[in-house]
Amino acid sequence: MLKLIFNFLIFPGFLFASCVGLIAGWVDRKVTARIQWRVGPPWYQNFVDIIKLSGKEIIVPQGAKAIFLLSPFAGLLSAVLAAVILGRSILVPAQSFVGDLIVLLYLLVIPAASLIFGASSSRNPLASVGASREMKMVLGYELPFILVAVVAIIKCEGAVKLGNILSYQMSFTSNLILPSGWVSPSGLIAFSVAILCMQAKLGFVPFDAAEAEQEIMGGTLIEYSGLPLAVFKLTKALLLYTMPLLLIVLFWGKDLRPAFLIVKYVSLLVVVILIKNTNPRLRIDQALRFFWGPMTVLALVAVVLALFGI
Amino acid sequence: MSHKIVVPIGPYHPLQEEPELFRLYVEGEKVVDLDIVIGYNHRGIEELSEHKHFDQVPFLVERICGICSTSHPFAYVNAVEDLAGIQVPERALYIRTIIAEMERIHSHLLWLGLAGHFIGYNTVWMWAWKYREPVLNVFEMISGNRNHYAMMKVGGVRRDIKNEDIPALKKAMDELVPALDLFRGAVVDDPVIQARLKGIGILTKEQCVDWCVEGPTARASGLNIDVRKDEPYGAYDRVDWNVIVHEDGDIFAKTLVRILELYESVSIIRQCLDKMPCGEIDANVKDIPPGEGIGRVEAPRGECFHYVRSDGTNRPTRHKVRAPSYMNVASNKVAAVGGTISDAAITLAAVDPCYCCTERTAVLDRGTDKKIMNGWDLIRLSQEKTERMRGK
Repeated sequence: MLKLIFNFLIFPGFLFASCVGLIAGWVDRKVTARIQWRVGPPWYQNFVDIIKLSGKEIIVPQGAKAIFLLSPFAGLLSAVLAAVILGRSILVPAQSFVGDLIVLLYLLVIPAASLIFGASSSRNPLASVGASREMKMVLGYELPFILVAVVAIIKCEGAVKLGNILSYQMSFTSNLILPSGWVSPSGLIAFSVAILCMQAKLGFVPFDAAEAEQEIMGGTLIEYSGLPLAVFKLTKALLLYTMPLLLIVLFWGKDLRPAFLIVKYVSLLVVVILIKNTNPRLRIDQALRFFWGPMTVLALVAVVLALFGI
Repeated sequence: MSHKIVVPIGPYHPLQEEPELFRLYVEGEKVVDLDIVIGYNHRGIEELSEHKHFDQVPFLVERICGICSTSHPFAYVNAVEDLAGIQVPERALYIRTIIAEMERIHSHLLWLGLAGHFIGYNTVWMWAWKYREPVLNVFEMISGNRNHYAMMKVGGVRRDIKNEDIPALKKAMDELVPALDLFRGAVVDDPVIQARLKGIGILTKEQCVDWCVEGPTARASGLNIDVRKDEPYGAYDRVDWNVIVHEDGDIFAKTLVRILELYESVSIIRQCLDKMPCGEIDANVKDIPPGEGIGRVEAPRGECFHYVRSDGTNRPTRHKVRAPSYMNVASNKVAAVGGTISDAAITLAAVDPCYCCTERTAVLDRGTDKKIMNGWDLIRLSQEKTERMRGK
């Protein structure tokens, strides 16, 4: 019991995951700044931001429901839970439970859902536009993302346990590589689709229409201040920890010694940051079309290829 | 869905730093109607101008806008010279043209950066402003100031461009061209930018005429109007250049027109630097006779118009200013309606509504709250920098 609480609160749960996430957020800010000829903040900036925000006054708009204040915490809890499940499956693959991948996929939707609930209950027209955009976004990227997860399951001979997916890759080969040593087409396609879905899940450009500061002034987050805003930021940081890790577990899990894991994580992070900085924001209808069109088709192709074993 | 929501853009909004209010009436994401409210920034310039003498007014009108800070004085001096029939020395005409074109370069680069920012492409924003910096440095070299250059004067210019500075100016222009190529490539070749900008916020040629649209906004819709060609002033009739016109009328065309105009500006500046004759820079005007005159200047955003009437005293009795954004902003009513909110954001910005920013800065010691530098110290710092640049 004590161990579970430790797992949930300290390692690999809340404390560890949020620290890694916040530092990853700093890497994002720093690299972005360097790309844009700026200096960028010091490494502790995101921690200071969270601490400062939590001490600020909480303003609740008139007529907002209780859900306005509850939803950030629901998002945070599910993000922490996702981080714990994923972290434990990497630490002790044998102990993961059947169907934890499915649970994880559900848990990773809840932060977005909490944003939608919170924004809709704030009674702000800009927030409602943001919420509707976020909703469309979720509808857009979830389908290809689940298909991509299916590719990993097929390639690992039907394992729906994260632990089994990992141990299969460790004992044979990572899902990106065929046993013959060639690059696996299905793995590569699915991995690329997954990266773009991750981009959308993290709410980064070009898929940040729900928050578009220049159009709807932060959209979903516009009415949030103080602690709830800090909680949303923390949830974002946790997702920034969880999502690349999930992709590594699903496709790139051959060797997960800490040094390798860090290199893989950072390289995925850099890919995300580069996409973010070399694209303008897509309109929500374009983003939706992008995910339901090319992305879903590619994911389906990957599923079929995976069924043929290549 | 017939339920209309009002999405306000302004008076305080991250999109447009200046106080303007656009009320977007939306159904879902679609903009069905638009209200434009301006007038938050009224400063009584015309009235102020009638209480200053003719030589003080350029300093005042320069401060109408921080970005077109030479277009307004240029139009004003044109108006007064038209009124008094003053013959301006050749060299002054060339210097005026160089300054006006450099202003166009820095203004268009500024817009390009902001346009990038408005569609969420912050890298373009930072890069455009980085390459704008050398242009501001050149201004500092010539006039001592980055933004309010105070070059225009009735009858000539206030400062000469020294012949020994010309190589540095030419070098700055040469170094600008690769940066322009970079931006042209980035805009023309990027499929995502095309997806965001093509077919958006279209103004047809007829709508442009109906709404009196001017400048690059009109030229992107196929209207071949440019005061520099239609009624040449300065040295524009002495150099060889083209009016950039595109037919599409969408935001992409507006972007392209502005980028291509940058090349024309560079070419105009190079020719002016080559052809600039030696001689006087000031006609030494003493008296302004009674009468009235108009001055038209192609500002970066369109035609800037000044009307001045004199009764023979040393003050204008009437001074009327019409800035291009006054005409262009209204056209949003047709350009933005029918698109989505995302499109509206960039459409409202695509006419390049004029921003002006003034700020006074003080540097404080965080521990003791003691003032380390005040405004004067900062001015001294910047003067030292100018001296260093001139020394090089």
